[in-house]
Amino acid sequence: MTIPNFDAINVGDEIPSFTTEPVSRLTLALYATGSGDHHPLHLDQDYVRSKGMKDVFAHGMLGMAYLGRLLTQWVPQEAIRTFGVRFTAITWVGESMVCTGKVVEKLEQNGEKCVRLELTCANEQGEAKHKADAVVALA
Amino acid sequence: MLIDKKHIGMKVPPHSVTPTAWQLKWFAKATGETNPIYFDEAAAKKAGMPGVLVPPTFFFCMDMDKDEPFDYIATMGCDFGKMLHGEQIFTYHKPVYSGDTLDFDGQVTDIYDKKNGALQFIVKDVKVSRQGEAVCDLRTVIVIRA
Repeated sequence: MTIPNFDAINVGDEIPSFTTEPVSRLTLALYATGSGDHHPLHLDQDYVRSKGMKDVFAHGMLGMAYLGRLLTQWVPQEAIRTFGVRFTAITWVGESMVCTGKVVEKLEQNGEKCVRLELTCANEQGEAKHKADAVVALA
Repeated sequence: MLIDKKHIGMKVPPHSVTPTAWQLKWFAKATGETNPIYFDEAAAKKAGMPGVLVPPTFFFCMDMDKDEPFDYIATMGCDFGKMLHGEQIFTYHKPVYSGDTLDFDGQVTDIYDKKNGALQFIVKDVKVSRQGEAVCDLRTVIVIRA
């Protein structure tokens, strides 16, 4: 994988997007194993119903991991300088996550040519679940 | 009730984590990762890496990998049932691989509220190092609902 050239990138450019498979109970069980987060809100339907909720829902950090993949499919991971996310809505079982990103700023930071990206993880109806921001160093 | 701001500056008990290729394989499977440098040790070594590459958000999982990851919230007297993960920010310095031993050193750096205390925010900053060398900084913002 090569790092894109700073001069070839413009504000407004979109990076390659993807849509995940629908988040399933299996996805959440796998994420619990991989992440170590076994909170019953994500795994145990009896527990969530006792708390007055309709169903289990995805770990917020699963959506951030999808956005991390969006970045590392575009640039090698060592090019990422900062990566931050705000969790704005719950992702329910059955929703597919549409992961998109675009360049919003070109900047120099610590002597490096960088771009700032806005990334969004949304469902297929366009409801944003996570809004993220990343600074990536380019060639 | 508003959280006492005297807790700003509270140190979180430090801990160390050595990420394993086994756990990273499950993390990759869960997140739909297809690049083998994230789950196949042989592929990572072929790419010149000493182990499987730790992906960008896995630092959060390692920060939580301790007996009482929210002990600092409990010390403030907050109800876990009203706790939400509001924001997560990473700053990266060096790549990290399976087999590296990482030290996590954190403290509460801010407490503030919005909407007349209906939402309170607790900011925890953690520095992650490998043999004294900074590899990553995490900022976790926890929201407590009234």
